Amino acid sequence: MTLTEAKFEYLLRLGDNALILGHRLSEWCGHGPILEQDIAITNIALDQVGQARSLLQYAAEVEGKGRSEDDLAYTRDVMQFRNLLLVEQPNEDFAYTIVRQFLFDNFNFLLHQALTQSKDEHLRAIAEKSLKEITYHLRYSSEWMIRLGDGTEESHQKMQTALDDLFIYSGELTSPDEVDQQMHEAGIGPDLDRLKPAYDQKVKDILAEATLQLPEVKYMQSGGKDGRMHTEHLGFILAELQFVQRAYPGMEW
Amino acid sequence: MKSCIFAYKHKAILPSASQSFYDNMKEPNQHTFEDQFQARIDAEERIEPKDWMPEKYRKTLIRQISQHAHSEIVGMLPEGNWVTRAPSLRRKVALLAKVQDEAGHGLYLYGAAETLGAERDDLLDELHTGKAKYSSIFNYPTLSWADIGAIGWLVDGAAIMNQVPLCRCSYGPYARAMVRVCKEESFHQRQGYEIMLTLARGSEAQKQMAQDALNRWWWPSLMMFGPSDKDSKHTAQSMAWKIKRFTNDELRQRFVDITAPQAEFLGLTIPDEDLRYNAETGHYEFGAINWDEFWQVVSGDGPCNRQRLKARRKAHEEGAWVRDAAVAYAEKRRQRKAAAAQQQQVA
Ligand SMILES: [Fe+2]
Ligand SMILES: [Fe+2]
Ligand SMILES: [Fe+2]
Repeated sequence: MTLTEAKFEYLLRLGDNALILGHRLSEWCGHGPILEQDIAITNIALDQVGQARSLLQYAAEVEGKGRSEDDLAYTRDVMQFRNLLLVEQPNEDFAYTIVRQFLFDNFNFLLHQALTQSKDEHLRAIAEKSLKEITYHLRYSSEWMIRLGDGTEESHQKMQTALDDLFIYSGELTSPDEVDQQMHEAGIGPDLDRLKPAYDQKVKDILAEATLQLPEVKYMQSGGKDGRMHTEHLGFILAELQFVQRAYPGMEW
Repeated sequence: MKSCIFAYKHKAILPSASQSFYDNMKEPNQHTFEDQFQARIDAEERIEPKDWMPEKYRKTLIRQISQHAHSEIVGMLPEGNWVTRAPSLRRKVALLAKVQDEAGHGLYLYGAAETLGAERDDLLDELHTGKAKYSSIFNYPTLSWADIGAIGWLVDGAAIMNQVPLCRCSYGPYARAMVRVCKEESFHQRQGYEIMLTLARGSEAQKQMAQDALNRWWWPSLMMFGPSDKDSKHTAQSMAWKIKRFTNDELRQRFVDITAPQAEFLGLTIPDEDLRYNAETGHYEFGAINWDEFWQVVSGDGPCNRQRLKARRKAHEEGAWVRDAAVAYAEKRRQRKAAAAQQQQVA
């Protein structure tokens, strides 16, 4: 892979994570467990779709084939998406939503903190702006991990169930592959192996405070960020997300 | 970034001192109080939560403000229906932000109702049991992307027409909430009109989509102003109390006068054969409103009444464990802090 190709892949990963998780969160809009949290979740969704726009615009620019952010978001199929498996998992209930958010925010925060040191000026600027938002996201999801984990018997149960189900998707976040490696060598992205201890420590700390058990996982799932094998959920997200553009191609909206 | 701390149980700002005063009051004094109250209203003074007010004034306001709050919240549903299908990332962000604004409006309004001694939980119960009303417009379905444009243009447009005079409402907290709300509503209106303009200038299919949306949303938008003056049972008293400044028919006329030229500019046709400009009066004349349809929707039998209430109830019921957990956790924390403080004292 040339450096440009690898950088395009890398930006798609970042952009698709933000887009798909933002989309998932936007499904809550109008249906939150309480008005204040409806607003809070929508805030995070807004930040993430906003970040997706900056990242996909830049990805399109790096690709240099005249595509736009919307071309990338609305006309690629499942196999061309590069988001983590974790972020495409369904909302299920507020417990799954919070656990998914925490597992992601924890990684996303460390990643963006590192990206503010990137040698790529454009990516560094995006990361600096996003980091403020992600810092808040991580605080929000951490607080709710603790509040629901250590809330009632029922909320504790629900959180443990969600964690048991979703933890298998957390391995992919901090396991570097070729693209990650290439970005690290070029000084564009961080060494994921070096992020992992901080990630694991934060999970441990928050779970302890939330009185939740770290699930024992034999095998982690992967295949999202390299597009090797997404879960079945992504196709339905795209069916909805892309409906108008697919039904009426090539128009201004 | 809006505050996201769990802030559910607001303490209602009960006008406690004046309330007990009112309770102890004897009949003969009632008139004097009401006269003084009306004199303040006539002098355009603002009534604040701690001021004395007739019980009917309080009840009327609670009814109106809570209906308004419910409308904002239920109104999130038809538009939320397109959040996951918005046709571009820019539109997706704008729509999400808009629906979030509506949630914010709901919050200020429930807050304003609480200053009158109402509890948000009770108000929500009334919504969920179907006892409380909300704007009938939100019982219509959103079938295409153009509906999002039409709602912004027409529904937010009509809301502004209704709400701008409320910024001068005699009850202070309601008036102040409306000032904030109106600023955002006019932004929504422009955004909706811009969606319509893009579609109207687009392909044949897009233009058709826009026309179809106008056809479906026009009459329900006119109905948003409520029954005509001769059938409106609350208007006279609300006008005397300066809760209302204009009658339903006056506001409806103003809406048609402003909106008809906008439709013309879009190159779209308002679905009313009787619509014409009267150069003598300077107003548009328009056809008869189907009041049977209005009363049908208001009384619960519109196209989406059941779905809307069901969605609100579902969100509330499925959120119960989250609210309970937050309360339980806050209590645990309080106890732990108290215990820690005690231990420190001992040591
Ligand atoms: Fe609103
Ligand atoms: Fe409104
Ligand atoms: Fe609005």
